[in-house]
Amino acid sequence: MRKKEQKLVVTFHTTADAMAMEKACREQDVPGRLIPVPREISAGCGLAWCAPPQERERLLALMERQGIEREDLHQCLL
Amino acid sequence: MIYLDNAATTLQKPDCVREAVLAAFDRMGNAGRGASAPALDASRVIYGTREKLAGLFHAESPSRIVFTANSTESLNIALKGLFVPGDHIITTVLEHNSVLRPLYECQEKGAELTILGCDEAGNISYEELEGAIKEETKAIVCTHASNLTGNRIEIDRVGAIAKKHGLLFVADASQTAGVWDIDVQKTGVDVLCFTGHKGLLGPQGTGGMYVRTGVRIRPLLSGGSGVDTYNSRHPSQMPTALEAGTLNGHGIAGLGAAVSWLQETGLERIRERELALMFRFYDGISDIPGVRVYGDFSTRRRAAIVALNIRDYDSSEVSDALNMEYGIVTRPGAHCAPLMHRALGTETQGAVRFSFSYYNTEEEIDAAVHAVEELARR
Repeated sequence: MRKKEQKLVVTFHTTADAMAMEKACREQDVPGRLIPVPREISAGCGLAWCAPPQERERLLALMERQGIEREDLHQCLL
Repeated sequence: MIYLDNAATTLQKPDCVREAVLAAFDRMGNAGRGASAPALDASRVIYGTREKLAGLFHAESPSRIVFTANSTESLNIALKGLFVPGDHIITTVLEHNSVLRPLYECQEKGAELTILGCDEAGNISYEELEGAIKEETKAIVCTHASNLTGNRIEIDRVGAIAKKHGLLFVADASQTAGVWDIDVQKTGVDVLCFTGHKGLLGPQGTGGMYVRTGVRIRPLLSGGSGVDTYNSRHPSQMPTALEAGTLNGHGIAGLGAAVSWLQETGLERIRERELALMFRFYDGISDIPGVRVYGDFSTRRRAAIVALNIRDYDSSEVSDALNMEYGIVTRPGAHCAPLMHRALGTETQGAVRFSFSYYNTEEEIDAAVHAVEELARR
């Protein structure tokens, strides 16, 4: 497997919330992409938004502004 | 063929609907099941359609739009998931069996039902509606337009009554979604049930519901959700809470294209076209001796439907003659609206229903008028 890096991972209750996140990030040019939820965060499947850790404040502000509900926010080696 | 059965399903759809469905077959995986390109494509298309429908109905968020197979499924989810024994529910004789039958099941389980009657023209009384409210009343459930007469129930008036008395308001928009503007915020509709294949011009097997924030519906189905796999219960967050199993992604792609087309074309333009065709037909047939038309044509606030009978002829026989001799497609019989037929006294005879679409033409209307004239002379 490739070398792991620190990533910010946002998880959601529903796929609809994950899709809302992707759309908002693309519209606002916030980097990142949707990934399958890493097993170390949750074994329960679903989509997560994966972004560089330095984007934390922008991501939080964007979610607040757009009313996007998240399940959790993690920083981990991926 | 002249297709005048658009209240059953719209046969002609915008080209973009077919194209979107075909494109979906080439690209779409299973929405919400992984982050592969095909899965994400499906998730994006479905979310996009959710957004479009939220925009069309003025929902507070796309997450309040749930996809189902049709209005019947939406109504079953709503009515069986909202009510408990002891609740009193008010509905009307204008309703389709997709409202009535789930409500009868609620009644068998101990809910109380009041079914409002109508006047000769097929209209309900809003005073009578408000007068039926009592201590135990939980909700008003009604259609936005009768699928038999086309008569509208003014959902803003019903919504105001429901709000005044703190009741839930469930509306069935099967005959109006995509044609009449529906603003769930302004009208106070708590749950709006719609199908995708009629006025919304999407594929069959698509439909959905709007559920107001704070309104909790017990799910009818549980199962695969793509999230929270090790939870023994189905997730409670909307819209997943009411969407167990793989969605009809291909159909929803078509529905999304249809809603975009509707918004670009404009509901008012579509509505005016349908009503112009409907009144052209109505004006052509209403004075023919032996023809009896049902419903209220004193207003333009109605669905583009004309139900009629010719003398005492069996409606099935008339509809069959229209089909075989003139190539005109109508719907005879009872239209899954038993109480409306009973109220109009057409339980035995049924009625021949002509229902119009944006895509019909003046020539088709004139041919239908001519056919009714000829059949009435026999």
